[in-house]
Amino acid sequence: MKDKLITAIADMNEEEAMQLVRAMLEAGEDPQSILDAASEALTIVGKRFDEKEYYLPELIIAGDMMKAVGELVKPKLRAQARSTKTAGTVVIGTVAGDIHDIGKDVVTFMLDVNNFEVHDLGVDVPAATFVAKIQEIQPDIVGLSGFLTMAFDQMKRTVEAIKEAGLRGNVKIMIGGAIMDASAAEYVGADAYGADASAAVKLAQGWVAQVGPRSSALAR
Amino acid sequence: MTEKSPQELYDERLARVKAAASCQQPDRIPVFGPFQKYPYQFGGITFKQAMNDYAAARAACHKFLDYFQPDVDFGPIFAYPARAMESIGWKAFKWPGHGLDDDVMYQYVDGEYMTAEEYDEFIFDPSDFMLRKWAPRQFTSMQGFAQLPPWRRFMWTGWMNIGAFASPEMQETFRALTKFSADINEWWGHQAQYWGEIGAKGYPLAFAAWDWPPFDIIGDTLRGTRNVLADMRRRPGKLHDALEVATQIFIEYGSGAAGAPLPFTWTWVHKSTREFMSDAQFKEFYWPYLRKGLCALIDKGITPVVYWEADFESRLEHIADIPSGKIVYHLSNTNFERAWDVLGGQVCLMGNVPNIMLLGGTPDDVKAYCKRIIDYTKGKPGLIMDAAVMLDEAKPENLKAMFDFTREYGLRR
Repeated sequence: MKDKLITAIADMNEEEAMQLVRAMLEAGEDPQSILDAASEALTIVGKRFDEKEYYLPELIIAGDMMKAVGELVKPKLRAQARSTKTAGTVVIGTVAGDIHDIGKDVVTFMLDVNNFEVHDLGVDVPAATFVAKIQEIQPDIVGLSGFLTMAFDQMKRTVEAIKEAGLRGNVKIMIGGAIMDASAAEYVGADAYGADASAAVKLAQGWVAQVGPRSSALAR
Repeated sequence: MTEKSPQELYDERLARVKAAASCQQPDRIPVFGPFQKYPYQFGGITFKQAMNDYAAARAACHKFLDYFQPDVDFGPIFAYPARAMESIGWKAFKWPGHGLDDDVMYQYVDGEYMTAEEYDEFIFDPSDFMLRKWAPRQFTSMQGFAQLPPWRRFMWTGWMNIGAFASPEMQETFRALTKFSADINEWWGHQAQYWGEIGAKGYPLAFAAWDWPPFDIIGDTLRGTRNVLADMRRRPGKLHDALEVATQIFIEYGSGAAGAPLPFTWTWVHKSTREFMSDAQFKEFYWPYLRKGLCALIDKGITPVVYWEADFESRLEHIADIPSGKIVYHLSNTNFERAWDVLGGQVCLMGNVPNIMLLGGTPDDVKAYCKRIIDYTKGKPGLIMDAAVMLDEAKPENLKAMFDFTREYGLRR
């Protein structure tokens, strides 16, 4: 049944997936193994997104299915769900003044299915909030998202605030958004831009491969 | 040589833009654009001031127009009326002083304003759905309309069932909408005054109507981005039926441009970019309805200007299937050379000068970029120079370089 569940989620069969989860719970299946199967399915969804077989609609539906599976399974979990995110830690958010979230959410999804621990600060995030979160969790990577051209200057201010707090050397910074490019990354003082969510994952993996995830991320 | 009269300049500018838009040879490449927040920055006021002080917005736009001299002008239309938005109680929007800082562009609050179960109601009678369900969800002032019975039941003795106008909610709706009407009419008065003023200076208006693709009418206005994208898989049949209805709304909306001196219907594309949907989904749900609507507008003598926001390189071959010499495609960060190879000479291309270059680059960078574009198009007309996306921030010397260089180097040679 576990394999069937993985296939149902990965192939976007929502009703079948939920029926399988209910049946597995009734049959006394370990709730954690159901969650693990759903995570495995999401990894396949992420791979299909990378390969341009899937697009945003499929990520949205996969995210909804994961949430629904969680709601069914979590009340039956005896212990806290295991977090096994070890690829690295990312703080992400849409910069102040900008309330667009879709691009950021796609990147969050893709980082998550690629085993990154992602702290999503939401939209319209002031520079000080980024700084405080970086101080708190000491991530490997900071992702700044922005859809409006106003985000150029706001990202620049955010990077400057990170620098002023003495944290710039501790993190790699990537930017993303429909109008972002390499010259925008240079303008705002980021390390790189990701043209899409797959590119963002590759950047993150590349950076962590250079230095390894920070020990603090592994300790949690 | 005597100086040209404003009327001569007006005629010259109009002819230039119309020629380029129809892929005929103009006297030179036109340069203008839907500059959004930038004119107010240039005019020394915040966007909050522009949205509240309509005379100050007009003054800033005049200052911008006199200095940069775009071939055709948008004026203060993008400085939406804050007071009217307050009095109508627009819940689906944030703007400076209303959830956002003073000098930030207003932004739409994406959300579900029609549930999946309500598709049939919308398809059956869109006006009724918009009045009684959608409007009260979007505007605090319109709660009274939720109490009305469907207007289609008004026939024969149906009028006997309409007693809702006496309710306190409806009375409040009328009070709020009376105030709103005064506020919005004041704003339109300033717009119309500006249009008269620039006509007298020799500048045509750059727009005659606005429009939104059928898919975005459903996605932006009703279902919300996440829902409409998921609906392509979850309820494709309902979505198709709703898109048929939305196509008729698209045609009705955009037809306002018919007969205008410059009959441009600006069509703002939001939800069909690369990551939002696959090519197969674009071909099934987006393009056929938009194309049908655009062709209907073209048949009415209107020139649609389709604002393809984001990267549309992967869609170029699909969107090439459109009548030749009848439409303008505004490109943001789609690869210009690729777009010209596919569309050049058939569709007028507009835009593409990177906003980050206008903000962070130098006048020489801007000139080099414009030169590259103009050189690439040599031999075939159908180019209008503009920023890649609606301009909010720039260094004035960079924007001036885009205008002056295009005027100089874009002469018919």
